[in-house]
Amino acid sequence: MLRGVLGKTFRLVGYTIQYGCIAHCAFEYVGGVVMCSGPSMEPTIQNSDIVFAENLSRHFYGIQRGDIVIAKSPSDPKSNICKRVIGLEGDKILTSSPSDFFKSHNYVPTGHVWLEGDNLQNSTDSRYYGPIPYGLIRGRIFFKIWPLSDFGFLRDSPNGHRFSDD
Amino acid sequence: MAQSQGWVRRYAKAFCKGFFVAVPVAVTFLDRVACVARVEGASMQPSLNPGGSQSSDVVLLNHWKVRNFEVQRGDIVSLVSPKNPEQKIIKRVIALEGDIVKTMGHKNRYVKVPRGHIWVEGDHHGHSFDSNSFGPLSPQCGTAQLLCPKDLDGIFVLVGLEMITAAI
Repeated sequence: MLRGVLGKTFRLVGYTIQYGCIAHCAFEYVGGVVMCSGPSMEPTIQNSDIVFAENLSRHFYGIQRGDIVIAKSPSDPKSNICKRVIGLEGDKILTSSPSDFFKSHNYVPTGHVWLEGDNLQNSTDSRYYGPIPYGLIRGRIFFKIWPLSDFGFLRDSPNGHRFSDD
Repeated sequence: MAQSQGWVRRYAKAFCKGFFVAVPVAVTFLDRVACVARVEGASMQPSLNPGGSQSSDVVLLNHWKVRNFEVQRGDIVSLVSPKNPEQKIIKRVIALEGDIVKTMGHKNRYVKVPRGHIWVEGDHHGHSFDSNSFGPLSPQCGTAQLLCPKDLDGIFVLVGLEMITAAI
C-alpha cells in the first residue's frame, strides 16, 4: 500500500519536473501568453489585454523599429515593461516635443534601443530613463488574443512621426 | 518483416520519449541552476586568468544564487555586455543602488548608482571595459554568479566554496 503511494508520488514528481522543464524551454526560447496592464500602450494595447509574445526574434537579433517588445524594467528587476521600439543603435531620436522651437536629438548608443509607449502623454519610457540595453528585451508581442473584439495582429504605431530619422 | 518494423517503431518511440525528457531538463538546468564557462581576457587579473593568454580559467556560473537578482558587493558576476548583446562580460560588483562611487576614468568624478542598477569593475584597472566606460548597469541583463574556478586540465582546484570577496 505504502509502496504504491510512494511509487505514485515519485511518478508525479517526475512528470511535474519534466513538464516544468518543457514549459521553461517553451517560454524562454519560443514564446508565451502575456497579460499587459497599464495605460502606456493605448490604443494599441489596453489595460488587461492578453497578448502572445514570441522570443525567437530576440535570440536571432531580429527586433526592428516599430516592434512592440516586452523588456525587463531598468529600474526594477522583477517587473516587465511593454513598449514599442522607436530606434535601434545608431539612430537619431527626436527628444524634444513637437511644439518646441529648438529641436534636440539623441543618438542611440551601440547595443541599446529606444522605447516609447504609444500613449505618449501617459508613458514612462526612454524619454524618462534613456535608451535601454538590448539584453533587457525579453520578447516581441505580435498577436492579441483578448479581448476577442480586438483579436488579431497588432496595429502600427499611431505616432508615425516619431520614426523619422533624417 | 513485421518483427523488424516493430523493433524500429519501439526504438523511435523510446528515443522520442528520452529526447523530450533529457533535452528540456538539461536546458532548464543549464539556464536556471548552473553552467560552465571559459574566461577570456585580462580584465579580471589577478583573480581570473592570472596566466594571461597561456591558460584560460574555466569557471562555474551559479544562476540559482541570483535568481532574485540579489547580488552583494564583492561578488563576481557575468552579465550581457551593454555595448554588444552577443557578448558576456565577467566583472566584480563594486556598488549597489544608492551607493556613491568614486570613478576612475568616467566622465563624472562621483556617480550615484540609480535604483535597480549596479556598478561593476574589473580587477585589472585600466585594462577593463566596465562601468567606468559605460556607467551603471541593470543586473537583469542576464546575471550569473561565479562559484569556483577549476583548472583547464580537469583537476578541480577549489579556491574555497565561498565567494571570492573583494578587499574593499
